[in-house]
Parts: sequence; structure tokens; C-alpha cells
Amino acid sequence: MSPVIFNLSKIRYGYPGGPLVLNDLDFHLHAGDRIGLVAPNGSGKTTLFHIIMGLIKPLSGTVEAFGEVREAEADFVEVRRRIGLLFQDADDQLFSPTVLEDVAFGPLNLGKSRDEAVAVARKTLDFLGLNGFEDRVTYKLSGGEKRLVSLATVLAMEPEVLLLDEPSTGLDSSTKDKLIDILNGLALSFVLISHEFDFLSKTAGHIYTMDDGRIRFDQELHIHTHEHAHLMGRQPHRHV
Amino acid sequence: MITESFAEGNSWIHGIDPRLRVLWASVFAVVVAVSYAFSALFIALSLSLIMALSARLDFQAVVRRLLAPVIFLILLWAVLPWSYEGDALTAWGPVIITRQGVTLCAQITLKTVSLMVAFMALVATMTVDTLGHTLNRLRLPDKMVHMILITYRYLFVIEQEYQRLVRAMKIRNFQPKTNLHSYRTYAYLVGMLFVRASERARRVHCAMICRGFNGRFVSLRVFPPQSRNYLFSLVFTLFLALLVTLEWVK
Ligand SMILES: Nc1ncnc2c1ncn2[C@@H]1O[C@H](COP(=O)(O)OP(=O)(O)OP(=O)(O)O)[C@@H](O)[C@H]1O
Ligand SMILES: [Mg+2]
Repeated sequence: MSPVIFNLSKIRYGYPGGPLVLNDLDFHLHAGDRIGLVAPNGSGKTTLFHIIMGLIKPLSGTVEAFGEVREAEADFVEVRRRIGLLFQDADDQLFSPTVLEDVAFGPLNLGKSRDEAVAVARKTLDFLGLNGFEDRVTYKLSGGEKRLVSLATVLAMEPEVLLLDEPSTGLDSSTKDKLIDILNGLALSFVLISHEFDFLSKTAGHIYTMDDGRIRFDQELHIHTHEHAHLMGRQPHRHV
Repeated sequence: MITESFAEGNSWIHGIDPRLRVLWASVFAVVVAVSYAFSALFIALSLSLIMALSARLDFQAVVRRLLAPVIFLILLWAVLPWSYEGDALTAWGPVIITRQGVTLCAQITLKTVSLMVAFMALVATMTVDTLGHTLNRLRLPDKMVHMILITYRYLFVIEQEYQRLVRAMKIRNFQPKTNLHSYRTYAYLVGMLFVRASERARRVHCAMICRGFNGRFVSLRVFPPQSRNYLFSLVFTLFLALLVTLEWVK
């Protein structure tokens, strides 16, 4: 069995003054797992990711990552280095004035020299097909461009695991296909939140859902129907 | 939209090392501030205008930005000439206009306009983030530089939030009037803006620590040495020497 990356057990969490969002949640990820998570709005998916990264602390339960229990803020420094989180809102992720600076920000924090950081940043941008974006101003990018640049900022830290919070939202179908190729080409484990079955079925190995503040493993979703619109939709066609 | 119209040009001034521009603009400011000789002040003004021309600044935009200080200057001209003690220049009835008062006003006007124009030509021609990093290189405290950079980045986000809220109001046919409904709506607008801005700040901090942020920004920019940097410094030194000579060697 491949090593366990993180293991959450009996996690409870509710925002101040609100009901419990996560209720006795158990969830673990093995190296090599590629998990898709699909659940209704407000069911606590984003909250779950933030718990894993130590951005919010559970009311009770334990977070174990890379073989150690993580509790204090300092415990999560290593977790954040090895797990990359793509935020649901790209505007939260990008804060440097220019794209290159933003992508190089993580590597610089990891102690790389300026030249190394720039090299990693350029390599990552190239890999995502974002050449020529280096000097673009982050707040002037389009929504889809912001998504891809956000992904670049995460990948530039060379994480072992990705937590992707709705990476496909707002992307056109060709960019989405590109993202599918990128994800399938990376030898990384990931958990991917998406509301698009098409996207999930092409990237994730297993698809789980959330219900009552818990992850449902027992009843894996099997994809058998889809509804969509595209050109020539009336003609017989197949999806591959 | 908030714009940085001056920073978008590409004259030779835009190509000068930003550190030199900030440095010389500051030295210029000090020299002009302590100069009172009209010959020196007129040279300073012409130097500013030459720089504004070389930076190919949009004339109208320059005038628009001078508007605020001009209002202040008009106030000075309205008050100082008759309230300042000195020899009478002319008298309008009981009001005596003094030579010293007028001179002082003229000096202040010349200084203000030269400095404003010089800063527009030298400093406003770089984006705020370049300015932030430049100050970083000039060894200003880290905290101050971070404040400038982050404020700058989120000024645009907050402005976008503002535009979004206003749009949301407009598409539902909100028309400002002088009634309680309008005031309440504006109060909500301002309140929402604050709440959203602080929420945003919290989430951005999360994003930063996720990427290993530990309190220090490292600046990526390098400013390659160029011969025109030296030329610029040389010309500037000569001009300043001229100003100093006119002021103190009479
Ligand atoms: N900052 C917050 N303060 C208070 N309550 C919050 C906050 N963020 C989320 N919630 C609440 O917690 C619940 C779970 O939110 P969460 O963002 O985790 O859902 P989600 O599954 O990611 O939804 P979506 O698919 O819409 O992104 C929601 O009911 C939401 O109202
Ligand atoms: Mg969410």
C-alpha cells in the first residue's frame, strides 16, 4: 500500500455562530490517489481544504499529514510546502503586481535564489502555455487567465499533492481540455473539487461526494448520464 | 477606473533607472525648497518643464493633476499679499498690498509648480510597484514597502468590488435621490465595501502563508546599468550646481 499523505479523523467544524459544516468527517489520501469531489454548494468542500492546509482549525478531531499529527501553526509550515492549494477565487491567490513576481513568490519563500526562482517561474509558465505572460499585470488578466496563472503559482512550489478548488470554472472548452492534459501529465496526487462530471471523469480516479458534513466513500458515484449543449448535439456522437 | 496614465509611456525618462529618478527627484526637492532667488526658481521651473516634455506627458493630464495645488495657491494669493508685513506696493483703499507678501507668494507658486511637475516627470512615470521595489532597494523599511505594494494591488480589487456593487445597484434601477432609501443604500454600499475588503485581506493572507510567506518580500527586479543613467545624473548635477550657484553665490 502506498504511503498515506494525510489522514483526517473525526473532524468537526462550524463557522462561528453557524451550524456544523463538517461533522465527524473522516478522509484520507494515499500517494498516487486522484480523487474528485462533487457535492452541492455550501456542503463544506472549501472548508475541508482549508482544514487540511491549517488555515482554519477544527473544533475537534485530528489532522495527520506526512506521518505526523499537525496541530500548531508551526506544524503546518511543512504541510503547506508539500501540499499546494488552488483557491476557489483566483483574486485571493494573486497578489503581486505582475505575473512573474507572483509565480516566483513561492519559490523565493522556499529559499531559492532570485535567479532560480525566476527560472522555476518561467519554466512553470511555459509548461502551462503561458509564455509571454511574465510582465502582465495580475489584476488586468481575464478570469480564465487568472485561473491558469493561479495554478502556475501553486505548481511553481513543486508540491507533492494538489488540492484544486474548482479549477475548471470559467474556462472555455479548449482551455479545459488543456487543463485535463496538464493534470493527467503530472505525476501528482490530487483532490479536485468540480461540479462538472465531464471534467471529473477525465481526470479523477475516484469520485466521492459529501453529505451531512461527511465524505461518502461507500457509494462512489458512477457516471452514466450527462446533459450538455454543443454544436451538432442532435447528431449521434460519442465522448472519449 | 484607477489608472497610472503617466507610467505607460516609453520615453527615455521611463528608461532611466528608477532608483536614480527617485534619488534625483528628492535632491531636486530639497534644493528647490531652500531656494528663494528668482533666477534659481525660474531655472528649476524650466528644468521641470523640460523633463515633463522629455517624458512626453499628456499636457491635459498634467494640468488636471495641478488643479489641487493650484486651488491651494489661489488661497495663498488671496490672503498673503495683504496680511504679510512689509513695504507697501500698492494700496486698495484700506488694504495694503506688501512687496514681501507678493514675492513670497510668487516664490511658493514657482516652487510648488516646479516640484509637482518634476515629480510627475520622474516619479509618476513608474508604476507604483516599481516605486515600491525601488524604495526597497534604497533601503526603506520593509514594512513600509509592503504597505505600498499591497495597498496598491488591493486598491484595484476594492475598486472592482465597488464597481461591482454599483453595477448591482444600477441594474436594479437604483437612482440616487435625497431620500432615506438612497442614504440607506449608500450606507450599505460603504459598509459592504469595508466588510468585503477585510474578508479579502484575510483570504489573501491565507494565500500568502500557503505559499510559505514568512514576513519578507523579496524583490525580483534588477535595473541593468546603462550609459544614459550616467548621462542623466551628469546633466542633473550640472543643473543643480547652476541652481545652487544662482541661489548662494550672488
Ligand atoms: N467565512 C465564512 N464565515 C461563515 N460561514 C461560512 C464562511 N465560509 C463558508 N461558510 C459557510 O459554511 C458552509 C460551507 O461553505 P464552503 O465554502 O465550505 O462550501 P463549498 O462546498 O465550498 O460550496 P461551493 O460549492 O459553493 O464552493 C456554507 O454554508 C457557508 O455558508
Ligand atoms: Mg467552495
